[in-house]
Amino acid sequence: MEEMACQELVEVVTDYLEGVLGRDEALRLCQHLAVCTSCDMYIKQVRATIRTTASLPPETPSAAVEKQLTDVYRQWLANRDTQ
Amino acid sequence: MMTEVDLQALRRGDEAAFLNLVNSYHSVLVRLARAYSPNREVAEESVQETWIAVLRGLDGFEGRSALRTWICHILVRIARRRSMAETRSMPFSSFGAEDDSSPAVDPDRFQRSGPYLGHWVNPPPDWATVPENALLSQEVQDVVAEAIAELPRNQRLVITLRDIEGWSNAEVCDLLEIEDGNQRILLHRARSRVRSALERYFAPGVVAIKK
Repeated sequence: MEEMACQELVEVVTDYLEGVLGRDEALRLCQHLAVCTSCDMYIKQVRATIRTTASLPPETPSAAVEKQLTDVYRQWLANRDTQ
Repeated sequence: MMTEVDLQALRRGDEAAFLNLVNSYHSVLVRLARAYSPNREVAEESVQETWIAVLRGLDGFEGRSALRTWICHILVRIARRRSMAETRSMPFSSFGAEDDSSPAVDPDRFQRSGPYLGHWVNPPPDWATVPENALLSQEVQDVVAEAIAELPRNQRLVITLRDIEGWSNAEVCDLLEIEDGNQRILLHRARSRVRSALERYFAPGVVAIKK
């Protein structure tokens, strides 16, 4: 089996992390990782990127937005009840 | 996630139940809307219009899809329509570059010939010294948020749903009406670009110039 080049690895890393890489490809990737500290670092960076992305704080509605939406709801109830 | 019982409360006129629903979906709705909107105000208008449509359609919701897919689908339809109306009045669409097929890493960083063809010339810097709490600091989160905001729209939508909101690939495909393979390509490009942005941030000297 031909050795995986670093340039190839960086393009299949998402398939690998998604668990959809074929068996042979996954084997080539693992064999490459065992001897390439740079690619090992690269995958760690991708994983770190995913962790940071997942940590982004949620958007919360401002008091003004909550007020507007409460009005939307009241309006809907009022319209519904008059029908 | 909302249950049938909660929807009953909504129909009964339970304001607290409605605000509970609003709060639990606000984040994903605003994030999706922002991918279609020039600013936060327009995005929030789309969210408001979505809630009006959700309430109107409540009795028609048959639970065939998950409630959140249904609500987000309404938002996407509204935000898309608004964005099309707006871009029509602009000389050139500001949302381009969807056909972007740039590689995950600049080709100049690999050997171009010889026995080590395709191996690193300029490898990624070691992040082993970057502590986890630095990775999760607000400053780094801002770098990531900014990189995501600059992505082409479909990449932005996919990484938002998969990596920020934690949706499954199947649900993302369902909402955006794309094939799983396409979803994965968009996710790959998005993650690669965000990683590059972090690499530039952590090691500005090494890889600063290339974009």
